[in-house]
Amino acid sequence: MSEQKAFEPKIVAFVCNWCTYLGADLAGTNRLEYPANVRIVRLPCTGRIDFNLIIKAFEMGADSVLVSGCHPGDCHYTAGNYHARRRWMMFRELLDTMGIDLNRIHFTWISAAEGKKFAETISEITAKARQLGPYRAYREICEESTC
Amino acid sequence: MLKQLRQICKELLEEGKVNAVIGYGQDAPGKPAYPIFVTQPADVTQLVWNSHCYNNLAVYLTQKRIRALYPKVAIIVKGCDARAVTVLEKDSQISREDVVVIGMACEGVGEPREPKCNACDVHMPHNVDITVGEVPNPPVTQEQRFAELNAFLKKTPEERMAYWKTELARCVKCYACRQTCPLCYCERCIVDKNRPTCIDTSATLKGNFAWQITRAFHQAARCVGCDECTRVCPAGINLRLLNQSLALAAENCFEFRAGMDAELEPVVGAYSLQDKENFIR
Repeated sequence: MSEQKAFEPKIVAFVCNWCTYLGADLAGTNRLEYPANVRIVRLPCTGRIDFNLIIKAFEMGADSVLVSGCHPGDCHYTAGNYHARRRWMMFRELLDTMGIDLNRIHFTWISAAEGKKFAETISEITAKARQLGPYRAYREICEESTC
Repeated sequence: MLKQLRQICKELLEEGKVNAVIGYGQDAPGKPAYPIFVTQPADVTQLVWNSHCYNNLAVYLTQKRIRALYPKVAIIVKGCDARAVTVLEKDSQISREDVVVIGMACEGVGEPREPKCNACDVHMPHNVDITVGEVPNPPVTQEQRFAELNAFLKKTPEERMAYWKTELARCVKCYACRQTCPLCYCERCIVDKNRPTCIDTSATLKGNFAWQITRAFHQAARCVGCDECTRVCPAGINLRLLNQSLALAAENCFEFRAGMDAELEPVVGAYSLQDKENFIR
């Protein structure tokens, strides 16, 4: 292909099975449109979302990452999202010290009834990722590492 | 002070209260001290205590091989090491009935003093069974303790990323940082798990970033800042900055300092409904 293709960001969404995944499902059944840039990874609970997954996503070429689960108080496992929230509070500080762009990591609570919020969130994140451009800094780390 | 320490250890061994004393030995004055295990009362003369006693001996408390040989041990600790012992206790890794903690009044190690010692407020160890010596605890502010980190955080994210790229390019994945850390006690480290491989094990920038993020974050709100990882790093990577950023986060978010107060419950593994979530939409 000779023509340069316009940049399309890759967005990885780690979502919990009980709320955000169903929210995404509702967005679909309601025929709400949202950008196709998002790749959804379904996990049992936000408490299951290991911070290594976020790093892995960047390693594999993600430009933005979304982590989303049940609203506080709604967790299917009672407290998974509270534990996750506490983990992210500190994890963000570590990433900031490492110089990893916090504008590329998003956290939201989206319930099973919030199909609209899901579609809006994905649209917003995609627009922001387009604006930020490809995440070259992390890609360089990975490219220099071919051996 | 040394005489008193030797006497205490001798008595503990003679009375059969402990099977071994984990302490410091030294070949000659001025040489680096190294860990020794004293099992006979007559051998307590090998114990030393001076500013060359760098090692955090708490790392031996969780080693199964050693604990099988010596079920009851006495351990000689500095203020920072005592905090590590407290964290191990809170993490249910050791039972304090089996460990006699001998806390040394410590005026800092290294010549010149290690950075951690210049902003240390635990010259007198907390939560120990026996204290030897006495030094005043100087007042140290949070700004002093995190001076290096705060200066680093003034850089832009791009500069920080560039800094870590050059630093971590030197990492050879020897895992000395893990082996020397008293709180890295997992029987099987995540980096050794390879079905599937989670963290790239080759010593490349990609693997080194993933590994150091993991290592640091697994110590979140548990790292006591003994700086052993930084001291033993053969590549001289300033891992202290990463540990400190999480220590600062734990202080700012939860007013928690690992190992300072044996009454407080660990913040990781717990939660509060009041945790701030200004970053979550």
